[in-house]
Amino acid sequence: MTAAIVAEAHPLDAIIRADRMPHIWCPGCGIGIAMRCYAQAILESGISTERHIVVSGIGCSGRVAGYMALDSYHTTHGRAIPFATGMKLANPDLMVTVFSGDGDLAAIGGNHLIHAARRNVDIKVICVNNFNYGMTGGQFGPTTPIGARATTAPYGNPEQPFNLPSLLAAAGANYVSRWTTLHARQAKQDILTAFGKPGFAFIEILSPCPVGFGKSNGIDDGLEEMELYRARCVIADGVSHEDLGIDLRSDRPIYIGNFINRNLPPYQPIPPEALA
Amino acid sequence: MKAFGRTPVNLNAARFPRGQVYLLPQRCKGCRICIQFCPQDVLQESHSANAKGYHYPEIAPGKENACIHCGFCALICPEFAIYTLEVET
Amino acid sequence: MKGQRVLTGTHFMSGDHACAEGALAAGCGFFAGYPITPSTEIAELLARRMPEVAGVFVQMEDELGSMAAVLGASLAGARSMTATSGPGLSLMLENIGLGAMLEVPCVVVDVQRGSPSTGLPTMAGQSDVMQARWGSHGDYGIVAYAPSSPQEMFDLTILAFNAADRYRVPVLLLADEVVGHMVERVVIPPPDDLPRWERKRPAHPPNGPFSSFLAEDDDLVPPLAHAGEGYCVHFTGLTHDERGYPDMSAETHHRLVTRLVEKVRRSAEQVTRTEAYHLDDAEIAVISYGCTARSARRAVREARERGIRAGLLRLISLWPFPAAQVRELAHHARSFIVAEMNLGQMIREVERHTQCPARGVFHAGGAMIPPEAIFEAIQEAAS
Repeated sequence: MTAAIVAEAHPLDAIIRADRMPHIWCPGCGIGIAMRCYAQAILESGISTERHIVVSGIGCSGRVAGYMALDSYHTTHGRAIPFATGMKLANPDLMVTVFSGDGDLAAIGGNHLIHAARRNVDIKVICVNNFNYGMTGGQFGPTTPIGARATTAPYGNPEQPFNLPSLLAAAGANYVSRWTTLHARQAKQDILTAFGKPGFAFIEILSPCPVGFGKSNGIDDGLEEMELYRARCVIADGVSHEDLGIDLRSDRPIYIGNFINRNLPPYQPIPPEALA
Repeated sequence: MKAFGRTPVNLNAARFPRGQVYLLPQRCKGCRICIQFCPQDVLQESHSANAKGYHYPEIAPGKENACIHCGFCALICPEFAIYTLEVET
Repeated sequence: MKGQRVLTGTHFMSGDHACAEGALAAGCGFFAGYPITPSTEIAELLARRMPEVAGVFVQMEDELGSMAAVLGASLAGARSMTATSGPGLSLMLENIGLGAMLEVPCVVVDVQRGSPSTGLPTMAGQSDVMQARWGSHGDYGIVAYAPSSPQEMFDLTILAFNAADRYRVPVLLLADEVVGHMVERVVIPPPDDLPRWERKRPAHPPNGPFSSFLAEDDDLVPPLAHAGEGYCVHFTGLTHDERGYPDMSAETHHRLVTRLVEKVRRSAEQVTRTEAYHLDDAEIAVISYGCTARSARRAVREARERGIRAGLLRLISLWPFPAAQVRELAHHARSFIVAEMNLGQMIREVERHTQCPARGVFHAGGAMIPPEAIFEAIQEAAS
């Protein structure tokens, strides 16, 4: 080639609402990467796009629903999981994925998150974790590291964050992984695996949020946070769930990979024995 | 007995793919992630800007044949603004 | 497990059970709820009967999850319902608002109890009626019915599903603990005799993204495509255009919200239900609903026996408020009495539409208003 060719369309335009591009996310934000992994996995899943449903909550990550060319539902804050549960139970043929953020899923939505994990409802949850509430301008949330700065924590976050894999392990989750927006290949592959595995799946994808989190915490842009992932991420091998907490600012490794992979029976409204 | 070593690559027979970069400059937001993570350093920031004022990437001088169609830029771009297609050689 | 949806025959049944049987007879395929007195019996009966008819019963972790699940199931094509009481309704309000904004057909049963707050869990109240109309933030329209008997618990649940489907709107069934727990004769007709209003569906097969909020008919109801049918729909609680895409403009917002309100206003003729008792020549009009209407009826009968020209307009539908019927009454009735088990909620609507002050017979909740109290008010009005 002599130069890059200007194209009118992108190969994935068939599965995204290309008429709404460019999307609203900031330069360097990783949500677009997570969305791309999800879109690619859908195309490779062998399940028709008609059957794929995406349900999201409120927040920057929740906007993904509006950009996917699927039956998509952008619901209320924290309630994507029960909405998705209702949809899946009413039509079990659907492949229902919840795509939302750390605040929506683990703060206001926390109760629904742990109960869905406990029941092993057959929905896939992709949680983009950018360590803050981005949409509202960068407040701290349940995954913000202690001491980090946020607009509602001008003296530093006084709270310990969740260790989401540990929380979900305690709730009895069937399949839990963590990747980052840098580990896009693995994230896409893992989403594909989740599509093929009945039951509750939770895939956390760490993402830069340069405007909401990075700017106040010494990470200048999305690229720098991606470099941070490259430097510090380590595939977890035999690491106890308790050690899977993250602090972007400390020197500890950031563990990624698949942490929980069980084969619990997916939730049925009536126990199988009673159906006989 | 199982052998766990890698099969050696025959450099004479091996074919490296070649790629052509495609851009949708209007979608680019100048995050430079594709530039940074291209394993062949094919891209650099151009001086041109799109309608929103972002500098999209261009092929760096001397790198016209360096793209190996690994697909990483396409995978890592948050904006659905870049991809490669394999070029027949 | 095989079972019948429609238990045709004559039964001696509690109101809560009649409501559940009404839901089954109406084809309800999904129930998500959380136990709360005095509605728990609805969930309990459906927990047993839903699997018999290949429907889904799920007990969610709270009322917020229940309402969200009901919306999801409805948009996947099922007739969906939940049942609760005042405290649960308060929790469900945000998602009822989402249901109004996304125009999701669904039924929410509120078996009212003494309120506010935890109040009187095992005793009746009628103080959620304004909350049912205005509880969620913003302007929107809602349909609500107030049964006065177990028979009406059955009949009005069916009507609620029909109105919800036809007008793409959440419908509330504002029962009360008396009607929910009392046991009375309930006649369940054969399946063919049950009315069924269907959802308006897309006119054409899927052909690219579908506009889920394009209302081209006079009823202002857009056709509804369900999840998984290939119509590539987008639903968002954000202000949206006809395609469903977020559109953050004041003009679109005004147009959308006005349509949501007007849609329900236009449905009034089809969804409104009232019952007239001795109203033709009534000078004193008593207006009541739910369990209190039973006492009001007795009071009116006693008044008539003493030669007082009293009559009862029983509101069977509360929202949209039967304004036409009430205004019509105002032409010949010279005074109005509103009897309700709250400190004066529907009386505001009556006064607003009759443009004359009404006498209230109120009780904050916990005990039936006795016929004597209403009779006294009638006597005072007559003197």
